[in-house]
Amino acid sequence: MKFDIIVAGVGGQGVLSIGAIVSAAAMRSGLRAVQSEVHGMSQRGGAVVSHLRLADREIHSPTIAHGGADLIIGLEPLESLRYVDFLAAGGSLISATEPVLNIPDYPPIEEVLMSILRLPRGRVIEATKIAREAGAVKAANVVMVGAAVDFLPVDAAEVRCAIADAFRSKGERLLGANLAAFEAGQRAMQHRELVDEFETFVLTN
Amino acid sequence: MPDDVVGAEVRMLLGDEAVALAALHSGISAAYAYPGTPATEILEALAFHGDKPATWCANEKTAYEQALGMSMAGKRALVSMKHVGLNVAADPFMNSAVVHPIGGLVLAVADDPGMHSSQNEQDSRFYADFARVPCLEPADPQQAYDMTREAFEVSECFRIPVMLRLVTRIAHQRAGVRTSAPREENALAESDRADWVLLPGFARRNWRKRIEQRKEIAGWTESSGHNALTLNDSFRELGVITTGLVRSYFLEVSAALGLTPSHLHIGAYPIPALLVRQLADHVSEILVIEEGYPYVERMLRGLIPPFVSIRGKESGDIPADGELNQEIVWKAFGVEPPHGLAIPMHVAERPPRLCDGCPHIDAYNALTAVLGEYESPLVTSDIGCYTLGALPPIGVGQSCVCMGASIGMAKGAAEAGVRPVVAVIGDSTFLHSGITPLMDAVAGNTNMTLLILDNDVVAMTGTQPTLLPSSRIADIVRGIGVPPEHCHVFESHPRRTAELTELLRKEIAHGGLSAVIVHRPCIEAARQSRKARAS
Repeated sequence: MKFDIIVAGVGGQGVLSIGAIVSAAAMRSGLRAVQSEVHGMSQRGGAVVSHLRLADREIHSPTIAHGGADLIIGLEPLESLRYVDFLAAGGSLISATEPVLNIPDYPPIEEVLMSILRLPRGRVIEATKIAREAGAVKAANVVMVGAAVDFLPVDAAEVRCAIADAFRSKGERLLGANLAAFEAGQRAMQHRELVDEFETFVLTN
Repeated sequence: MPDDVVGAEVRMLLGDEAVALAALHSGISAAYAYPGTPATEILEALAFHGDKPATWCANEKTAYEQALGMSMAGKRALVSMKHVGLNVAADPFMNSAVVHPIGGLVLAVADDPGMHSSQNEQDSRFYADFARVPCLEPADPQQAYDMTREAFEVSECFRIPVMLRLVTRIAHQRAGVRTSAPREENALAESDRADWVLLPGFARRNWRKRIEQRKEIAGWTESSGHNALTLNDSFRELGVITTGLVRSYFLEVSAALGLTPSHLHIGAYPIPALLVRQLADHVSEILVIEEGYPYVERMLRGLIPPFVSIRGKESGDIPADGELNQEIVWKAFGVEPPHGLAIPMHVAERPPRLCDGCPHIDAYNALTAVLGEYESPLVTSDIGCYTLGALPPIGVGQSCVCMGASIGMAKGAAEAGVRPVVAVIGDSTFLHSGITPLMDAVAGNTNMTLLILDNDVVAMTGTQPTLLPSSRIADIVRGIGVPPEHCHVFESHPRRTAELTELLRKEIAHGGLSAVIVHRPCIEAARQSRKARAS
């Protein structure tokens, strides 16, 4: 078994934390994990991408080849699209809907979301909105982990434990909000009628 | 040392963190560095995990010299830097190969192929070769740990500095690492003057010893487990040489293609010549795949018979610039790699930018207003977050070459007759390499303006503290002779931009050397310290 994930976003959105949570959960499940991270210059508001590879055997390359990713988790819709050429046939893409508008030539957001939804297995989710409702607007990345969790080769319970480990030292309130964000993300993706309603709205407007 | 970092359990570690932990477990007494991507996390991890001094230094040269002094006193030391930092430390590095280190001296240097966060992609293996010191090149974070441990042993065994060459994808790769039992620190030792005073008489003797030692060191690399040769008797057309990280791409692609060519992996240098010749005896063509410059490829010609052909970066079979990946290796084997889905629409680039509310923006707004009044002003810039000012929408800065170059280049351009000339440099870059060229400008009473953007931290690499407090920077500038009436410290704020504009207008118009230090703390550092206080 191998499962290759690309996590994409903008510097400051918490791309690397997603990798840390998922790889910790994978290790707890007896899998191996290798994550290739981007540090430095791009973290200043630029495009940030992380390659996360999970397998039940030795993992060689730290990076995923084009056409090799089983899942893309996008914290930002345009950034999700940037790596579509890494997606395997049969791979899924889950993207947050909220754009980060820090470039002058950002295309119309409807066009971006539509492009995602027209992919064979493209899904969008209002991650920031869900995070805000869960009580931690900064936890959109954890909402995305929740939205992605049923696609991962790891039990949701293990991911929940990894999130609890990551936030335990940050105080009760943040821990609770992040666990709520995780569960809300998972629920939103499981209750397809809510997502479908939104997607239909985007596709028809 | 906290219990959680010792023992044989597997932990997820960055390559950089693996180096740091291995250095601690090797019994270092101190570590020295200047921040630089992708090597920064080595010292950060040491400071976080360890109970040994982990010190940010003025620059890579002073860092290296401190590690050398530690070694002379018998103790083990790690010094870490990015690849271009070794240019700054080249003087002590080259000469440290002529003395005889006592405590293990390991230089961890991180190259940046593909220039993710750098101005070039120079290959540090040439420096190891140049200085004639052994070099270890890990293939993954586990090897980064194991090789760092070994590097200290090799250094003490041969009494020579040892280079650990990392690349970005090792430094910033997080994977499971198994650690081994820690070792105690060394005791203090006394050094022999003849080993350390590089007067010509001593230096000649020491250098001759080094040359003679080459055979012993070659014996080590020939028999090292890091250099592994696998011969395939049923396939004689092609042999492959990989180095460091590239082994992972090779293993991935050869498994996908079902290829099992004869293969030599090199992780320890000098190049194991006997193993290379064994491979060459076995095949008619050798494909060399290495991250960085074609170092092994170029050395190969002198080692193997002329009828064995060599393919690689020099031959054009592999791109000579940028980072390698699986796709490049597929193509090197003559197979078109798989394609992913087509990207359904044009995706605009998203380059890094100054943060919203960044204090540099105020300074650049004021500077832009003044320079707009001149026909052909020149702004030489330097290395740091403020380099991003060269991009739209700010568009300030005509150059960025190496640490401190803004000041020397401004002087040169002013002497060529350009008016006005402004050098823009950050506080930490100024302390790293800006003071010496400023002395030149003082000596020449150059008609230029120095603009120091002081935000209290080394922002680009993760807001490490600047070595000296802000207040000392003005003392330095005045102390080396910038006239006090033309040296100003300005506490910046967006509301004070008009005032700053007026000050810059006056000093840029001044027909001699002037300096304006614009101070305001980095917004990212302020955010981090608020967060730290809250938790």
